[in-house]
Amino acid sequence: MTDNTQYMSAVIPDAISESEKRAARDHRHDAWFRRTMLGAALLVLLLLASIAGSTLWGGALAFKTFGFEFLTSTEWDVVNGKFGALVPIYGTLVTSFLALLIAVPVSFGIAVFLTEVAPPWLRMPIASAVELLAGIPSIIYGMWGLFVFGPFMAQYMAPWINDNLGALPLIGPVFQGPPLGIGMLTAGIVLAIMIIPFITSVMTEVFRSVPIALKESAYALGGTTWEVVWDIVLPYTRSAVVGGVFLGLGRALGETMAVTFVLGNAHQFSASLMMPSSSIASVIANEFSEAYTDLHRSALIALGFLLFVVTFIVLAIARLMLSRLSRKEGL
Amino acid sequence: MNNLSLADEKTKIQVRGLDFYYGTQRSLKSVDMIIPEKRITAIIGPSGCGKSTLLRVFNRIYSMYPKQEAKGEVMLNGENILAPGYSMNRLRSNVGMVFQKPVPFPMSIYDNIAYAVRHHEKLSRREMEERVEQALRGAALWDEVKDKLKQSAQSLSGGQQQRLCIARTIALRPQVLLLDEPTSALDPISTGRIEQLITELKEQFTVIIVTHNMQQAARCSDYTAFMFMGELIEHGDTDTIFTKPSKTQTEDYITGRFG
Repeated sequence: MTDNTQYMSAVIPDAISESEKRAARDHRHDAWFRRTMLGAALLVLLLLASIAGSTLWGGALAFKTFGFEFLTSTEWDVVNGKFGALVPIYGTLVTSFLALLIAVPVSFGIAVFLTEVAPPWLRMPIASAVELLAGIPSIIYGMWGLFVFGPFMAQYMAPWINDNLGALPLIGPVFQGPPLGIGMLTAGIVLAIMIIPFITSVMTEVFRSVPIALKESAYALGGTTWEVVWDIVLPYTRSAVVGGVFLGLGRALGETMAVTFVLGNAHQFSASLMMPSSSIASVIANEFSEAYTDLHRSALIALGFLLFVVTFIVLAIARLMLSRLSRKEGL
Repeated sequence: MNNLSLADEKTKIQVRGLDFYYGTQRSLKSVDMIIPEKRITAIIGPSGCGKSTLLRVFNRIYSMYPKQEAKGEVMLNGENILAPGYSMNRLRSNVGMVFQKPVPFPMSIYDNIAYAVRHHEKLSRREMEERVEQALRGAALWDEVKDKLKQSAQSLSGGQQQRLCIARTIALRPQVLLLDEPTSALDPISTGRIEQLITELKEQFTVIIVTHNMQQAARCSDYTAFMFMGELIEHGDTDTIFTKPSKTQTEDYITGRFG
């Protein structure tokens, strides 16, 4: 009681103004903090807008010269100054899509193994191996792809694919082609290896964030590990998983060095995955140092702008699909 | 209520010499216990006494963790559920469990229940709808959700979510219902509803409830087991345990001298 009275008597006008001052100071600090954070966030938008703006500006000559045909033409003739972006766009999309097709199930498997199945002593080594994979520079992947994986593809896999998958009705032509070893399939596989660590680490992280109680109650109802992962863990973490997948896709779309090595850099349009092609980033990397005419340089910068657009469209579609899905499930 | 006696009851689960290990730490020490059929047995005791551990042995949910191990015998209908060959699927459909926090699955109210049933039985659409309705009525939730079965289960209140969890557990028509502090995360009104529900569930199920709320044990159980430091100290009809316990540790705990 004595403590209390002392405290009460201490609340004199002087102390009140002191606490008001402190409140004002706190308010000021908070406001500044908020403004700083807002600035950091706006910086991203500013950067994005200025990069997009400058590539659009730099590519203006190409866009003006060829108009809409720049998007639909498969011709890329440096000597005669004819440029069309369809082949690189197609190559970029196909290789990235292939990479996702391979990387997503594999990453899902690794993440499920790490979070649900693996005995604790095995988790660390595998998780570190995956992280190490992410640390390898893309040029190494490119060299490995060209000197090791490419010849392996040419010698063993391509003939087999030609004979078996190539003989299938309807989708057969997609798998027919000379055993070159380099091409869209090879690039897709190398890209898949490169993005697996990213997708895996995101998936592992979010699978780990699922409340134990949720998993336990699913197991308590008799669910198998597969059912718990597929029906409970995956829907619970869906948006984060899709985010991880698109992080990987974003990387695959823009990957330059490795793809330049193994894609073959051919400006030809082909439905076959066994044929060489080119991607937006690989064309820019290959030709920028030799682009002497204004139109050529402008066409390359315009390609850069198109990469922006392609990435933006793909991400927008992903967002749209995700919100559709959650609306359907009433979440 | 007062003429209850464990000796007259039909045995549902018999525990013999049960030891439980978290790694090297022994957290249940040769527990012997009889759970009577179609009665409510409350397990009480201070935190860390092993009451939840014991409950988690009854459906072997502990076995999803590699370092946890139970030794001894737990006979359900005369069969040892700890025997290596005992089918987990059969065990989990016979012994249902409701957890401390309400954990609806990330799907609709209807699917929360249908999902569990689908795993164990193949039902036609009509049969499934009936089963879902039955389970929701059984958990006293039907009237509140019958118009929004397709909505996400996350939109329900905490108490409703917990009743949904009970509904999805009883939808499997288990023989034994394990409740692990089912009301500790709920407000008094929801708690009251769940307690009333538990009393009704006794008609069909053998109920085992772990609680650290002694009034709850006294209010809704037929039998009470008091555990302390991994041992079963005393087990008998609830009235006797709360009015004239035979062990001093039990008396100390229920009179609030420790725990």
